[in-house]
Amino acid sequence: MKVLRVTRSIHFSSSLRYWLEDLSEAENLKRFGAQARQHGHNYELEITVAGVPDPETGMVINLTELKAVAEKEIMARFDHRDLNADTDFFIHQPPTPENFASVVFRLLDEALPDGLLSRIRLYATPDHWVDIVRDRP
Amino acid sequence: MITVTSRFQFPAAHVLAQPSFSEEKNRQIYGKCANPAGHGHDYWVEVSVSGPMDDETGQIIVPGVLDEIFEETILSRYAHRMLNEESPFGRLVPTAENMALVFKQLLTQAVSNRSSARVAQVRVVETPRNSAESGEIE
Repeated sequence: MKVLRVTRSIHFSSSLRYWLEDLSEAENLKRFGAQARQHGHNYELEITVAGVPDPETGMVINLTELKAVAEKEIMARFDHRDLNADTDFFIHQPPTPENFASVVFRLLDEALPDGLLSRIRLYATPDHWVDIVRDRP
Repeated sequence: MITVTSRFQFPAAHVLAQPSFSEEKNRQIYGKCANPAGHGHDYWVEVSVSGPMDDETGQIIVPGVLDEIFEETILSRYAHRMLNEESPFGRLVPTAENMALVFKQLLTQAVSNRSSARVAQVRVVETPRNSAESGEIE
């Protein structure tokens, strides 16, 4: 059977700053400039799963299940939250799109059935985004 | 694989016609796009880079550096221009395909001069209904 890809999009808004706890205020400002000040983004996240559709349901994954995973792992953690203050992910690394996408990929990958997550695209703005594609075995 | 993409926009004019063909043959191949006086688009260019994450910045490339490279390499040469009059276009017809190939070459060189990142893909969006990409992202 042929492997298909299915994508669900979600969007959420968060505040953030590039700020490392082990640096002083002056060092953070010097390293990250304006990004060291608290600001926010309207994130768009495309979640793509890949698999063979179930012959009875015709689905790679029940979208209700995918939606529930996205709700629990992403929306509940990040929507209308501050990425620095409300999560533990960005104490020793700044919430750049690259780092944030890596966290998002890992959270979704651990919550979804083994190997189902194929790729994510995280838009920080309509003009700047990160893709993570699962490496082929 | 992780890639980070920045999207840029610029307007430019072009004619789709191979100078070595007759006007009639160009009309046959390219249709209304062969209009000798030209036409134009608001091009979007999506530049995707991959490479090691910089430990200090947490980024593959500092977006401001890619902005500068795009300005120097693409915008200064092609924005608000007639593409057929700008090298290497002319005999190389400025289709979206050729633009994606040329921009990828130019940007690959410029990015490697300034950063440890590598250009993984360039996508040229000619209109919302027409685009071409050169690269390795699925």
